Amino acid sequence: MRPFTYLRAKSPAEAAALAAQVSDSRFIAGGTNLLDLMKLDIETPTHLIDVNGVGLDRIEATPEGGLRIGALVRNTDLAADSRIRKDYGLLARALLAGASGQLRNVATTAGNLLQRTRCPYFYDTHQACNKRQPGSGCAAIDGFSRQLGIIGVSTACIATHPSDMAVAMRALDALVETVKPDGTTRNIPLAELHRLPGATPNIETTLTAHELITAVTLPTPIGGTHIYQKVRDRSSYAFALISVGAIIQNDGSGRVALGGVAHKPWRVESAESVMPQGAKALTEQLLAGATPTHQNAFKLTLVERTLAAVMAQAREHA
Amino acid sequence: MKFDTPATTNPIDQMKVVGKATTRIEGPLKTTGTAHYAYEHHDAVPNQAYGVVVGSAIAKGRIASMDLEAAQAAPGVLAIVTAANAGTLGKGKYNTAKLLAGPDIEHYHQAVALVVAETFEQARAAAELVNVSYARAEGVFDLAATRDSGKEAKDQMPDTVHGDFEGAFAAAPVQLDATYTTPDQAHAMMEPFASMAAWDGDKLTLWTSNQMIDWSVSDLATTLGVPKQNVRLISPYIGGGFGGKLFIRADAVLAALGARMAARPVKVALARPMMFNNSTHRPATIQRIRIGTTADGKITAMAHEGWSGDLPGGKVESATQPSQLLYAGEHRRVTMRLSTLDLPEGNAMRAPGEAPGMMALEIAMDEMAEKLKLDPIEFRILNDTQVDPVKPQRPFSQRRLIECLRTGAERFGWSKRQPQTGTQREGRWLIGQGMAVAFRNNLLVKSGARVRLNDQGIVTVETDMTDIGTGSYTIIAQTAAEMMGVNLDKVVVRLGDSSFPVSAGSGGQFGGNCSTAGVYAACLKLREAVARRLAIKLDDATFAEGEVRSADKRVPLQAAAKSGELVAEDSIEFAELSKTFQQSTFGAHFVEVAVDSATGEIRVRRMLAVCAAGRILNPTSARSQVIGAMTMGVGAALMEELAVDKRLGFFVNHDFAGYEVPVHADIPHQEVIFLDETDPISSPMKAKGVGELGICGVSAAIANAVYNATGIRVREYPITLDKMLDKLPPMI
Repeated sequence: MRPFTYLRAKSPAEAAALAAQVSDSRFIAGGTNLLDLMKLDIETPTHLIDVNGVGLDRIEATPEGGLRIGALVRNTDLAADSRIRKDYGLLARALLAGASGQLRNVATTAGNLLQRTRCPYFYDTHQACNKRQPGSGCAAIDGFSRQLGIIGVSTACIATHPSDMAVAMRALDALVETVKPDGTTRNIPLAELHRLPGATPNIETTLTAHELITAVTLPTPIGGTHIYQKVRDRSSYAFALISVGAIIQNDGSGRVALGGVAHKPWRVESAESVMPQGAKALTEQLLAGATPTHQNAFKLTLVERTLAAVMAQAREHA
Repeated sequence: MKFDTPATTNPIDQMKVVGKATTRIEGPLKTTGTAHYAYEHHDAVPNQAYGVVVGSAIAKGRIASMDLEAAQAAPGVLAIVTAANAGTLGKGKYNTAKLLAGPDIEHYHQAVALVVAETFEQARAAAELVNVSYARAEGVFDLAATRDSGKEAKDQMPDTVHGDFEGAFAAAPVQLDATYTTPDQAHAMMEPFASMAAWDGDKLTLWTSNQMIDWSVSDLATTLGVPKQNVRLISPYIGGGFGGKLFIRADAVLAALGARMAARPVKVALARPMMFNNSTHRPATIQRIRIGTTADGKITAMAHEGWSGDLPGGKVESATQPSQLLYAGEHRRVTMRLSTLDLPEGNAMRAPGEAPGMMALEIAMDEMAEKLKLDPIEFRILNDTQVDPVKPQRPFSQRRLIECLRTGAERFGWSKRQPQTGTQREGRWLIGQGMAVAFRNNLLVKSGARVRLNDQGIVTVETDMTDIGTGSYTIIAQTAAEMMGVNLDKVVVRLGDSSFPVSAGSGGQFGGNCSTAGVYAACLKLREAVARRLAIKLDDATFAEGEVRSADKRVPLQAAAKSGELVAEDSIEFAELSKTFQQSTFGAHFVEVAVDSATGEIRVRRMLAVCAAGRILNPTSARSQVIGAMTMGVGAALMEELAVDKRLGFFVNHDFAGYEVPVHADIPHQEVIFLDETDPISSPMKAKGVGELGICGVSAAIANAVYNATGIRVREYPITLDKMLDKLPPMI
């Protein structure tokens, strides 16, 4: 591996400040993605700031009646939390649909949000990839694209965001709390955390340099039937071909976010008003303007059929 | 000994140890992490250095220039091996592409350099600094596009043309003409390729992970240009091979070259992302099958024509071969065509030929049965043959396929299946059942062993046979224990060392039967030596319970070694019986699947295999072999495909996140039944191969079950949901 320095931060603000002192620094928490990428020479930080000791590992009730999830809460712990299971079932189900038990034991909430794409061309340093090496081109668009994005893509990149958890958080209207190196904090709606690839797929979030995620806040529970349907080629431990995260109320209204289709968890709030009209109408609006490749055009049909199944399942539960 | 007449009663028939369900004798070493695999011989030699392989970034072309300066200056770097500084290298018999490329590049990730450093991390970092400029050349990467240029590989699989296929097919009242495809597949074994090399003067010791020790000693010596006797291979434990480790690969050659250049022992393992393109794979096939029958279902015409590709000088995937023997029918045409592709090297993978061939043939049989309105089992029974269909004077040594089918149907509850497709539903799930025949030939390879008896009564077996997770240690111990009349705990088995007698090795499901037959032969000699020492007439002697007994004597076995260890060595050599008889193994697969009517996701719910494969030496490890093969068949049916980038010429999904194999959640209860069988034509063990039988046909049984569930016939493996979505029932 390339040499790097390593420091343990004691507080979130100190972590952000330490990061700002070195240009090529990265925060490390669970390390389930970053360390792999370092071994492959895709991530090449010169400095790692370990944030595992900054005390962000609790899930607390907010005064508004929601939950504040510390950035370092492990996926396993989050999925097992009784308040999450009771009021935010979608999130627990999405978490458990992701990765493997071993990975979920160390993977953190913030790390999950910031994991990078699993596009195979991104992972192969011999191949052109604008995300890994800006300006080199995209080998995926005309290549093996079965798993890749169908909407919000660009001529520079068709990668998807691989998280299940983020799809649920998007449907739940989560807020992301951060701290900057100067100590200031802010809240970013999850909807605004991830960017579309555009011409700069290497810039994946709206976080500024060395800004550290400290928590994810879930608003007051909204009830409804929570369904996370992940569709994949094997039963477990596989990234989604597509996934549907839905919260559906007894009157047929609800919210839907999709995974496996875009550079970010995909939700179109304006489309949700047509939910009572059924899956076809909803899909048309959700995926309006989709530009799939020949290999992944099946995802359009798959989204519609999966939505129909999810909505039928919700009706049974209603 | 020469095995040239059918076996008669022999000590193995006692079945006191052989045939008993026995957990693997080396199991505790493996579960405690004390069985040392190739990369783990940390204490075998001091001063070990680490090598990391640099793989080609292009599929075809040449190295224009190579700048090693930055890598050489990197911390800890001891040596960098390239084709330019490695000296003249030969090419082994068994690999098609060079194991160290340069200047010409034959395939993606072909090794172009080995960086050796003090630590693994230093070697990996420096490997990233090797700066190679390539001149890319046009390559051919699309099998379908090369179909018309394919040629008969006369030396590998000549055409079988018998009677007048075209005429008989045209005249047949019921016909099927369908084309199937199977994709490139990876062995995806758990243990990566790994070797450690140490030179002592001009003598090389290589600790490695290899299925065929003697082949690989020869090929390594040839490649390095050293005498064969100067090379020693040690490969006691192997974490899976599936044919990928039949031959030496880049890790072996480069470890040896790196150790020579660095003048230190060097260990090399391939990183997982390099495994898929650097090494070999099961080649993709296109298979056209035409079957013509009489109105009542007797096959009169059968053509199975296949196409596969490989690098220039490479091998054909003999997928159509099962159609030479499996079913009756007078007029037949069985061919394979090989075309040139510039993808990584194709080669043997578990049941080469038969596995992809049966994936196609057994769907075709299901389709034909449906056309005939016959139950698929009855259609197969109707076309059973007890002789080689092309050479009727040549019978099968044993062929109890019909019993497999009947037993399986009974046990599985086949009669409850609905022949009408798409009629069984449980909520969102469409349920279906399918079956297929399992068929794999029984191959026979010369195999030797040495057996020692010491004054403690310990019997030690030495053979270069390998245990690739199959249970070789255990069945060899069982054989020696049975022959010498001792308990298993008195037997020590030492495998995988080229200083031991040459065995059959592990491949082609021949290892179990042949290697134990070799041990049988050596034990016969040891029994003679014991009898001689004890002055007991061999014909009167019984070896039992640690004693040698005759009418008037009972002597502890170890007494024979009191005046010195007894050593006996022999091998089994197979003669004409494999020509006068066709030797094959048979089985029947039964599968139930559920298909999500919304998403097309397929989940296997039940699996049953009934096998007729001669004497089962150890029901525990034989069952493990069959269920492992069935699992691999689930992968082949539903998810495994090396995705070819037809522009750039490589397998894109080259890691375990991209190349999906079944996980525990994909595998339901698996049941295996072995018919009680002995085959005295096969060997003195009366056993046959079983390690590959289980993968043959199982994928087609799944495909047929999916069809039964949905009415959707997918002829292009793997059967993924995108191939079914537009044919599934409409969503309400």
